[in-house]
Amino acid sequence: MESLVTLLVFAPLVGAIVAGLFGRRIGDVASQAVTTGLLMLACGLSWYTFIQWTWGHMEPFTVALAPFINIGDFQSAWSIRIDGLSAVMLVVVTSVSSLVHLYSWGDMAEDDSKPRFFAYLSLFTFAMLALVTAADFMQLFFGWEGVGLASYLLIGFWYKKSTASAAAIKAFVVNRVGDFGFALGILTVFWMFGTIQFAELFPLIASKAGTGWVFLGHNWSALDLAGALLFVGAMGKSAQFFLHTWLPDAMEGPTPVSALIHAATMVTAGVYMVCLLSPMFEYAPVAKQIVTLIGAVTALFAATVGLAQNDIKRVIAYSTCSQLGYMFFAAGVGAYEAAMFHLFTHAFFKALLFLGAGSVIHGMHHEQDMRRMGNLWKYLPFTYAVMTIGTIAITGIGIPGLGGFAGFYSKDTIIEAAFAAGQHSGVGFFAFFIGVFAAGLTAFYSWRLAFMTFHGTAKWGHDAHHADDHAHAAHDDHAHDDHGHGHDHTPHESPLVMLIPLGLLAIGAIAAGFVFVDYFVGHHEAEFWRGAIFSGEHNHVLHEAHNVPTWVKWAPLVVSTLGLLVAVWVYLIKEGMGAAIAARRGPLWTFLYNKWFFDELYDATFVRLARFLGDVFWKGGDQRIIDGFGPDGVAAVSRAVGKRTGQLQTGYVYHYAFVMLLGVAGLLTYALYQWSR
Amino acid sequence: MIGLTHYLTVAAILFTIGVFGIFVNRKNIIVILMSIELILLAVNINLVAFSVFLHDVVGQIFAMFVLTVAAAEAAVGLAILVTFFRNRGDIAVDDASMMKG
Repeated sequence: MESLVTLLVFAPLVGAIVAGLFGRRIGDVASQAVTTGLLMLACGLSWYTFIQWTWGHMEPFTVALAPFINIGDFQSAWSIRIDGLSAVMLVVVTSVSSLVHLYSWGDMAEDDSKPRFFAYLSLFTFAMLALVTAADFMQLFFGWEGVGLASYLLIGFWYKKSTASAAAIKAFVVNRVGDFGFALGILTVFWMFGTIQFAELFPLIASKAGTGWVFLGHNWSALDLAGALLFVGAMGKSAQFFLHTWLPDAMEGPTPVSALIHAATMVTAGVYMVCLLSPMFEYAPVAKQIVTLIGAVTALFAATVGLAQNDIKRVIAYSTCSQLGYMFFAAGVGAYEAAMFHLFTHAFFKALLFLGAGSVIHGMHHEQDMRRMGNLWKYLPFTYAVMTIGTIAITGIGIPGLGGFAGFYSKDTIIEAAFAAGQHSGVGFFAFFIGVFAAGLTAFYSWRLAFMTFHGTAKWGHDAHHADDHAHAAHDDHAHDDHGHGHDHTPHESPLVMLIPLGLLAIGAIAAGFVFVDYFVGHHEAEFWRGAIFSGEHNHVLHEAHNVPTWVKWAPLVVSTLGLLVAVWVYLIKEGMGAAIAARRGPLWTFLYNKWFFDELYDATFVRLARFLGDVFWKGGDQRIIDGFGPDGVAAVSRAVGKRTGQLQTGYVYHYAFVMLLGVAGLLTYALYQWSR
Repeated sequence: MIGLTHYLTVAAILFTIGVFGIFVNRKNIIVILMSIELILLAVNINLVAFSVFLHDVVGQIFAMFVLTVAAAEAAVGLAILVTFFRNRGDIAVDDASMMKG
């Protein structure tokens, strides 16, 4: 088993190295085959591990690979930790990643640097596997930064496109803010406990509960501080409120990347971390409340912004952001199992939605604006079918007590858990209301996306297109003009290699809920997690979530149906009403369309400030002081001196002779003076 | 009676004329060469005068050396001058300032 999981973790790295370093030599097809094959191998091994964990009564274990950093008490090692949490994450990461690898064969077929793309994808997968199998904070941080790097590289994959480069830098910089908090959190943990190994750390936490530090005349709970700092890291990686701005921009990258990194896996790393650190958060009530609050606000914020966006990928990006908010407030109220469950199901249906959107974009020849789609169900029947499945899954359609799609189980569990927690805390109640309300918004924007794309009148005809040619050209920046279809703009269904991953993910979006609900959050919950998730002695949220009043169980469904009906009314029955609302440019619409003006706010404050500071240090500090007195100053002085002394050389013979005479006179005077003494 | 002082005075006058010939003259490089000859002659007169005065023949021998060297120097100087004229087409002192910094 130990060698199997080692192989599992390192297979993607081998693929990345082969495709990355020798991709040009072995060719496109070979690099694609190597990376995809190794990912499939890793995926198979992950499922084997997961099945062994779920039904085979495997015990949690840790494979020690090599020491990493050993400085005094600071002991860190490369290792592979297998327990309930990492088994789930392994399955999620490798399944989505291998399907995305396969999908990319079709989606990236026109790209001319395929080995680089597949190398990055595999590198990302390796970093993510290192993250989820970390047994101490240092390796967690390594994986954390590794996925950040891969994300940066892949967002900026089409580096010739200036918007893509800018988005990559933005993602990297915003993540730095979060990572700073994360690093501070790790240091706080090390300062308090003297260890960063999870296995040593977790049993110690109870003993330090209530420890406080006095700072600025206030007693700060140390565990709350550590939890809050670590959560800042999670906020950055998982695009939570305040640090969410990079995620929508990250959609500049190729669609498979959006599906893998910015929907299913990397952005869930924050949720995974909070769940992994459940022993710490259970003793940090304030930090938990912060998690709940930020999660709930994000769920609402992103859902509202998603209502007004027109780019098909951005809508799904905000949807991701919103669903991550759900996961966080689930973890915040103490239902870590529900958060992990939603993470698990969300990976399937969100990857499905993204890859479906990719298929639509592929079929529409790189058109991403939903206003220029419509009536595509005839032309992309398979994509239409799986996208509908994904939409049903995300909106959580299902009958309580009977069954439904994946999102129904996980999202309803979260909302019920929030209601149960709301009996004891105001924050939980707030989260419950936000959760129900956002469920309605989710239904509306998800169905809006489906209706605008697949139903209604076609807005992509030849005549409609010519008027928008200049806008369309903007999407073609990355040399994708050579379709081989000529200029026939009729949408077409994607190749089989893209449809197979969609089909498999659709099965996941349907079945991941009812197959695993009992194991993740139901009757077998305790034996499934086997200690991977810790719940404090007063934390019965998950248990109480099963015994909430009937109206709570039905509320999400009712609200979602309401959202669906509104979407049907606005985008099917009264088609054009949405466009009319947008055209009126009301204050609410403007507010939502501009994403609550967050980019403008950050630009006015942080970006301007940073630019001002940079200017001060650059122009004042570096150019004036350091260069002015340093290299430039010395050079200027010697040049001036040289110029002055050069001017002494007049070139006239009599001037030289005169100087010689003066010299002679001087020497003579001196000699006479000496002689006369 | 003509004494040492007279010789020295003549030599000093010749020397001063020579020096002024170098500095005041702004026209012709040949004049500068001639002025140098004047200065050397003034030195020669000094050497010969002191040789007689001190009854030491070394001074006169030395004067012969100076004459020889002066002749050689004049030859070299004139040769340079001819080449200079060929290259520049002009021997005006004010134009010969190629060494200006």
